[in-house]
Amino acid sequence: MNSGAVSTPHVLLALLAAGARHGYELKRAHDERLPRARPLAFGQVYSTLGRLQRDGLVAPAGQEREGGPERTAYALTADGRAALERWLAEVEPPMPYVTSTLLAKVVVALLVSDVETARACLVAQWQAHTARLRELTAVKTAPSASLDDVLAADFAIAHLDADLRWLRTTLERVADWHREVHS
Amino acid sequence: MTELQARGVVKTYGRTPALRGVTLDVAEGEIVAVTGPSGCGKSTLLHCLAGILRPDAGEVSWHGHRIDTWSEAARSRLRRTEFGVLFQFGQLVAELTAAENVALPLLLAGTRRREARTAALSWMDRLGVVDLADVRPGEMSGGQQQRCAMARALVTEPRVLFADEPTGALDTLASEQVLIQLVRLAREQRTTVVLVTHEPQIAAYADREVILRDGMVDHTGLGLDTPLPGSRR
Repeated sequence: MNSGAVSTPHVLLALLAAGARHGYELKRAHDERLPRARPLAFGQVYSTLGRLQRDGLVAPAGQEREGGPERTAYALTADGRAALERWLAEVEPPMPYVTSTLLAKVVVALLVSDVETARACLVAQWQAHTARLRELTAVKTAPSASLDDVLAADFAIAHLDADLRWLRTTLERVADWHREVHS
Repeated sequence: MTELQARGVVKTYGRTPALRGVTLDVAEGEIVAVTGPSGCGKSTLLHCLAGILRPDAGEVSWHGHRIDTWSEAARSRLRRTEFGVLFQFGQLVAELTAAENVALPLLLAGTRRREARTAALSWMDRLGVVDLADVRPGEMSGGQQQRCAMARALVTEPRVLFADEPTGALDTLASEQVLIQLVRLAREQRTTVVLVTHEPQIAAYADREVILRDGMVDHTGLGLDTPLPGSRR
């Protein structure tokens, strides 16, 4: 699967581009816009906002109290907007390192086990991937699916599909390799 | 209730075996994807289940009736009345308009022209192509043609829809639209669907996946059946 970490500071800057918000609103907006990402922890929102404020990319924009504790709203600064635009203009390096637990596991299985164990590992993984593909297809075709849901599911489906192709090719390679070694 | 049943189905083209003893049950209202690498026999299986081809050995039954022993005329009647078929491309008659194409199965079954057109337009409406009623296939996009072909396959309200790589010639988004509509309409009508595809992404729309490998059902769930020393298969 894709292992690229989401750049939380930039996502928060982008969410603030539409207007000032406090931490709680930012967390909710983040989880709504990236519905398939790992939900953001409150602590992470506040620590990220702290760093962004220290770097002059966001600034406090007033206090707000609605029956609960006082909340500080944050707004994007001119430097923050410029940083966001720079980040958007940067091209992401396409797979600079091949780091995947799945790949590592298959390599390890071939290293320490026999071919059948490696193949069993690949087959089990294939079945798990296929099951997940089915779940995500149901998510994206549900009548209630939002555009964000569909985009996130499409992304995951495309990556699962790539993994499945790799798994199939690897299974064939392992079988060929085994035949060559043992013929 | 079992809609379709294959028992030990064998089919050979000349000296080339296409199916080598396929056994399969499809329940009523179920959407089954038949997948596997090219040349694994999936299209041949679809043709045998649909009564288009007669197996060399084995049995094919529809609702408990053995159809492989029926005459070509009887199987052809069954296909016209109870089955719908959808292929990858080249199904619409180029000289006819979309609505005439969709109405064709009803006209062949003896329905009056006006009723056939009304039914055709209603199905075209459900598939979002009613605006193309008077357009000829050559002037439509691949996705539009395929939706008209689907309307034609469904206009007789078949109990089983056989779809062979129905989105094989379409881009990702057009393919997705066709599949979503196919699944939605099949669920609404409780139509059984046998969907042949080699793409895991397409098979994921089905309730169940049956994988063929070298003319046989592969129970490892992978379409890869190279026996290794010590394996029990």
